[in-house]
Amino acid sequence: MKKLLFKLLIYLSLFFSIAVYSKEIVISPLGNYQEDLQEALILAKPGDTIILKEGFYSFSDGLSLDVDDVRLIGEGMDKSILSFSNQKSGAQGLLVTSNRVVLKDFGIEDAKGDALKVIGADGIYMINIRTEWTNGPDTANGAYGLYPVESRNVLIDGCVAIGASDAGIYVGQSENIIVRNSKAHFNVAGIEIENSYFADVYNNIASRNTGGILVFDLPDLPQQGGRNVRVFRNQAVDNDTDNFAPEGNIVGEVPRGTGIIIQANSDVEVFENVIAGNGTVNLSIVSYGADTDDENYYPHPKSIQVHNNRFGRGGFDPDIERGELAAILVELSNGVMPDIFWDGVLPWSQILFGQPDNERLILKDNGEATFLSISPIKYMLSFSNPINTNKASYDGVISPLAPVYIEVPEDI
Amino acid sequence: MIQGTKFTFLTLFLFFNTYLAAVSDSYIQGDSFPKKLSEFNFFIDQTKQIPQENVHPYELITSLFSDYSYKKRFVYVPKGKKANYQKDWVFDFPVGSALIKTFYYPVDERNLELGSYLLETRVLLHRSTGWEAVSYAWNEDQTEAFIKIAGKTINTSWIDQSGRKVAVRYRVPNKNQCKECHSTNDAISPIGPKARNLNKEFEYKEGIKNQLEYLLTKEVISSFPKDFNTVADWKNGENTLDERARAYLAINCGHCHTKSGVANSTGLYLDFIETRAKSLGINKKPVATGRGSGNLKYSIVPGKPQESILLYRMISIDPGVMMPESGRSLMHTEAIQLIEDWIGSMEH
Repeated sequence: MKKLLFKLLIYLSLFFSIAVYSKEIVISPLGNYQEDLQEALILAKPGDTIILKEGFYSFSDGLSLDVDDVRLIGEGMDKSILSFSNQKSGAQGLLVTSNRVVLKDFGIEDAKGDALKVIGADGIYMINIRTEWTNGPDTANGAYGLYPVESRNVLIDGCVAIGASDAGIYVGQSENIIVRNSKAHFNVAGIEIENSYFADVYNNIASRNTGGILVFDLPDLPQQGGRNVRVFRNQAVDNDTDNFAPEGNIVGEVPRGTGIIIQANSDVEVFENVIAGNGTVNLSIVSYGADTDDENYYPHPKSIQVHNNRFGRGGFDPDIERGELAAILVELSNGVMPDIFWDGVLPWSQILFGQPDNERLILKDNGEATFLSISPIKYMLSFSNPINTNKASYDGVISPLAPVYIEVPEDI
Repeated sequence: MIQGTKFTFLTLFLFFNTYLAAVSDSYIQGDSFPKKLSEFNFFIDQTKQIPQENVHPYELITSLFSDYSYKKRFVYVPKGKKANYQKDWVFDFPVGSALIKTFYYPVDERNLELGSYLLETRVLLHRSTGWEAVSYAWNEDQTEAFIKIAGKTINTSWIDQSGRKVAVRYRVPNKNQCKECHSTNDAISPIGPKARNLNKEFEYKEGIKNQLEYLLTKEVISSFPKDFNTVADWKNGENTLDERARAYLAINCGHCHTKSGVANSTGLYLDFIETRAKSLGINKKPVATGRGSGNLKYSIVPGKPQESILLYRMISIDPGVMMPESGRSLMHTEAIQLIEDWIGSMEH
């Protein structure tokens, strides 16, 4: 009897804790919704859900959320629309700086800066979110669509990113990341994973960007040494938009028509993707080219595995306007552009004494894909043939990387 | 009998006077915010900004630009407690302390006697759970300021030194925006009252005195060291260009652009103590700058201010480009000139 009573008490307290502590705040696009929504985002308590009813919301200032365990949920990425075309202040559309936040089923349009920025979150779940600049590719568009940075346990699922002047989906200096089932179109970079650890990028479509999927590492930053990235079962196809990034940005150097680029990362596994229709090159593996005095930075890609991908047509329209990549490729290949390019740049010790086995580039079961790499030393010494197109010399045994696991609230 | 009544009234009067005059510790340390600024009881005359006896005014040597608004600052530390000096950081004001800052425009900068228009009063409250920041916006009649959790836009104007009427879309920050600047390792913290930025004279009603010495005699702070670096007054031409520029950047950018600040992911550190050239932006490429780069390649190109992203973003008033991200809608012309001269003077 006592036990039963005790159980009953627990059930009752559970019931009341939910009833009392988590409330639903409904915002509709009527009246003073700008202040109502921002106030709701500030006054929300952990566990609360803010509902964005269907409609068009126009804001003059950026929005921000800094409360843990809050959910902001709309009625569809094309139905609940947060528009910032009249934005007068605030560097982004929506800024999130708290943990375990769920963002779901709404769109963010025409932010003056980044559309959705998340800083320093542990747990951020973006589901069916659309970020778009509605005028199409334009240098004056904001830099990033979905932009988590310095965060852990990042989920981007079923999202759509269109028109960003840098990257549609950009995960920077973060750890434990899943980007899946999402689409990126008409951005400079479709999906970019930068200076990050443990990322799974899969089942995405990156098409009609300048470059489809980028895995980069840059110097002089608090978190660097990007590693453990799996890029699989994506379509990186028909990336044919002229580069419209403002100069100075690293993506400004990406040539139009690049499928996937891996720059200066370690332990990257690229498999079972469709990579086709990219006019400059389908897959490019390169070192960080610019000078840096950062002693903690390793500028070369290592332990890269590329296997079981399906390569289609590539290199048919090299873009020599932006960056050096296309021009170098055209020169080296005499116009017969490869599907897979590795710049071959290694640290001096490895040029002289060879690469450790576990750091070698491995290419396996990529069908008819063609390959090209340079021997930088032969190139510098003006050897008649510094290039290597023999894919078979990079054959090897694949050591699969571990999947990324993120604990996601069950009911979202 | 008559004498007795008189005595009682006097006692009551004195009692209420003392009671009403006291700063409300319960509001400072409570878990909610009063709707009206006056409920804190920081001021004897709130509209004239005359503080209580134990609410002390102070100024900073170099201060944050906020669309040319003027600021009055006050500090309150509860009786019996003191703030301790911390190297390279603000005094560690004890729980129960409050920092109060009122933003206003004079009607006419050429004649301050003509009065002023109060915009907002921001308060930083040190509670047992940490610091809280919130702002109160003044009403049109200037009789009271009301809490504005979600911020507020005030369209107003003032007449500047040259007699020009300047219109401004002044933004009272929302509670989250307060945190954007006042955030260190993800916790809210004061950023202004560091010893190095307080070390100057101030005209108190008792006379002119060094602020640190004054705060010491008033038992607001416990001590301060003999030797520490003092921030340069960025407006004072007797300081070197480098001292002035670094002081301006430290105060206006360095609270976010520091290793423990909100903008640390950029790798650009503009705080007072940074020494590495690349981290200060010299020949540093932008990271996630987007169109904020203005088609320029480096944060600072020595000798070439027009090629430096830092200057470009100071000049801009486009929310997607300008720096700082919030708290500014106008160009700070004099500071732009300073930074232009500073970058121009660098050897290349």
